[in-house]
Amino acid sequence: MTPFDTRGLKRRRFKDKIFTSIVWGLTFSCLLVVFIILFYIFKKGIGSINWALFTQGPKPVGELGGGISNAIVGSLMVVVVAALFAIPMGVSVGIYLADNRGKKWAERVAIAVDVLQGIPSIVIGIVIYIWIVKPVGSFSSLSGSVALAIMMLPPIIKNTEETLVLIPNTLKEASLGLGASYFKTTMKILLPTGIGGIFGGCIIGIARITGEVAPLLFTAFGNPAMVKSIFKPVDTVPKVIFAYASSPYDDWRRIAWGGSLILVVFIILLNAIIKLFERKWKVQF
Amino acid sequence: MKNRWRILENKIFVRWLSISAILTMVLLLMFFLTLLVSSWPAIKANGFSFLWSKNWDPVNSHFGMLPFLIGTLITSFLALLISAPFSIAAALFLGEFYPKGVIPNIFRNVIDLLAAIPSVVYGFWGLYTIAPLISHLQQKMHLQASGLGIFTASIVLSIMLIPYSVSLIRQVISMTPTPLKEAAYALGSTRREVITKVIIPSNISGISAGFLLSLGRALGETMAVTILIGNAPELPHSIFSPSYTMASVIANEFTEAVDEIHTGSLIEIGLLLFVVTTIINLIGRLIIKRAIA
Amino acid sequence: MKNSILKTLTLAGVLVIGLSSCGNGGDKSTDQNAANDADKQILGAGSTFGNPIYTKMFSEYGKTSGIQTNYQSIGSGAGVKQLMNKLVDFGASDAFLSNKEDSACSAKVVEFPTCLGAVVISYNLPENPALKLTPEVLSDIFLKKITKWNDKKIAEVNEGVKLPDMDITVVHRSDGSGTTYIFTDYLSKVSDDFKSTVGKGKDVKWPEGEIGEKGNEGCAGFIKQTSGAIGYIELTYALQNNFTSASLKNAAGNFVTPTLESASLCANGDIPADTRISIVNSNVDQAYPISSFTWVLLYKEQNYNNRSKDKATNLVKELWWMIHEGQAQAKPLNYAPLPAKAVAAAEGVLKSVTYGGQPILQ
Repeated sequence: MTPFDTRGLKRRRFKDKIFTSIVWGLTFSCLLVVFIILFYIFKKGIGSINWALFTQGPKPVGELGGGISNAIVGSLMVVVVAALFAIPMGVSVGIYLADNRGKKWAERVAIAVDVLQGIPSIVIGIVIYIWIVKPVGSFSSLSGSVALAIMMLPPIIKNTEETLVLIPNTLKEASLGLGASYFKTTMKILLPTGIGGIFGGCIIGIARITGEVAPLLFTAFGNPAMVKSIFKPVDTVPKVIFAYASSPYDDWRRIAWGGSLILVVFIILLNAIIKLFERKWKVQF
Repeated sequence: MKNRWRILENKIFVRWLSISAILTMVLLLMFFLTLLVSSWPAIKANGFSFLWSKNWDPVNSHFGMLPFLIGTLITSFLALLISAPFSIAAALFLGEFYPKGVIPNIFRNVIDLLAAIPSVVYGFWGLYTIAPLISHLQQKMHLQASGLGIFTASIVLSIMLIPYSVSLIRQVISMTPTPLKEAAYALGSTRREVITKVIIPSNISGISAGFLLSLGRALGETMAVTILIGNAPELPHSIFSPSYTMASVIANEFTEAVDEIHTGSLIEIGLLLFVVTTIINLIGRLIIKRAIA
Repeated sequence: MKNSILKTLTLAGVLVIGLSSCGNGGDKSTDQNAANDADKQILGAGSTFGNPIYTKMFSEYGKTSGIQTNYQSIGSGAGVKQLMNKLVDFGASDAFLSNKEDSACSAKVVEFPTCLGAVVISYNLPENPALKLTPEVLSDIFLKKITKWNDKKIAEVNEGVKLPDMDITVVHRSDGSGTTYIFTDYLSKVSDDFKSTVGKGKDVKWPEGEIGEKGNEGCAGFIKQTSGAIGYIELTYALQNNFTSASLKNAAGNFVTPTLESASLCANGDIPADTRISIVNSNVDQAYPISSFTWVLLYKEQNYNNRSKDKATNLVKELWWMIHEGQAQAKPLNYAPLPAKAVAAAEGVLKSVTYGGQPILQ
């Protein structure tokens, strides 16, 4: 380690260069993999994107053409209903956690949220099957939404909590000092101030569930028809991809690639919105 | 009058907040109880040998989950092993080499894109790109050239893990106290020496926790693995053998299990998955929280 | 700011009410139209063997009757299970109910055949040579006793065919499958070795090292993608994908290529009233040995789970259509239509279906 040993220094510098290039190399291969995958999905999917894909339902086996309009509508329905369950619930828990930071119960709830985030989605599917599908006696998009809502909760809760904690206490105290109730303060001061972060959490949640199949296998099931009721089984885009992906029919595979591209583009757009929100709406004081 | 309503409104709101928070915990507890109660007939019928019997035979109502346990462990650990150098390198790149700036920011967003691709699309992609490559390799090695198996699943799974491990490890190493690093540099250390002798050793627990949490994710990963693993309920001979994981056997058999013990056994596997991932998450988060705080 | 939150909340509220009201309509008879809609939606699930013809039949029937049928190709085993759970209106299976399954049902389930299909042995080899297989060789391949394509035993029955020096990759079904039942039923009849080591069933314990794939779709997809693969699939899947399929030596000693005609030769015998009959390994001279009926299962008493009589009637009428007019869809999709005796037996079964004790079909 003596700075005057130039031979050792050379060797150390050489090792350093090797190390740096390895780090660069590995990092670049990560980026390369991203581009390879996205390029492949894009290349395979772009040829399948046509009007029929969005407007038609599936065709019987062996007939060419058809689309996934039923699954696109189904996906939207399942995700929107899931969001309607998860957002009010998640934001409430987030507010609770932000207000009770450091308290024993809040700590416990925070741990529960962490654990909830780690539960494999397939296990959520089993539980919802036991809770809803079996007692009600039918598969339904509603049961799928409940399963997805549970998966959505953790990101919403965490983002809400983290956003609200950043809001300075002075703001809250000013509102309370003027005689506004805790409820009014939360609704009119805290939530509007933190809306960017909270909204970001909701989008992260939606991005997380839009591509899920595992919890829907035993809940939303599937349906080639266009569905208007949340009490009926329903197809979703990722489920159609799963069903068609390993099939032998070129036309089905083509549709599955188209569906994959739609799904990936949609989720990437959601991610872009999140980044935008993070930058523009970040709580700054 | 209006005032009373406002007080009531406030009370309801505060109550609701606590209720919603408690509900989250209750939800978790209910998950555990539901899985336990529903798998109880199977737990009683299968006994402890469920864990180490390698015979999964629904026809004769004999259930042993060892093949799935082994398949899950090998696939997940192999995936972790493959992704580890990449994750650490990318985390160092973003957390230590270039923590700020436009280009690293773009890099980070690009790696995050990996998390945007749904599991089922990964499986689909792997089936058409990785599986043929592996099949080619198997042919050269004079193995049964199916292209599907542990190795194929692990490769795709390792790609799926990268964004999670990178973001976790990056957070950990960017928390290294600056004085510590500066002291090392001041002593004439090269960057490599600072990283291998200061940053990594001082954050080793946090980095392991990052990998632990990624492992938790890998264990429960379902769709991509189901498409690529080859669905063979047996003990694998090599990493090229077809195998089966706990999550994929549930995905494949849960809708069709006819008798109570078969369904129960699948739920028992789900229960185990739940317990294991819960423990992993608890430990992982605990270490990470300590490392970052 | 607060306005925008209020607006979002109102919007969300309207959405909830809107969605739940269009959902509720299906269950409450206050809204007559919606109730009719629910009665016209029929849910069936099961056999992937029959999926091509079922989706075609239901799509055709829907055009004239307005009945919307949701058929999910999830495998015969799953079809039976979901019928037992009363989560579907009918199940479809390529194996009639086993006694164990029959006794596991909470109420009497009846079943009838809808058409005939053949299970073919498809493979993916360079240049796709036409292969002949004997029952012994077939059984040995699936028992992993023959592991190379150029094995002596395969070469003996295929003189003059250039066989590659490749490992055989066997693919079988990973899900509970009627196709597996038919195939293992056949192999158990022709090979004692197979009967004692694997046996017959929808979901059997295969030798180690074989690939499992979900559904006929998955197996066919795997064969298509993998050089050196061999598997058993329904005839339609092989023909639609231009697979080569092996000729099999039948009980009469002839090598027979699987076709619609050779498969339907097995089905000309008598059919018992409960239609539970296995027709594999037929004695008929030119019959392809692995063929089978495929069945639809439903509850004999349709008044359960608050189902309306209209729904039960729609269901039975649709099933009746399947065994009559619907049969026209069979040939174009490479299934054999039901022989007259089988139609008669199926009619008998459908006539026995009741609602509140009264026969639905008069």
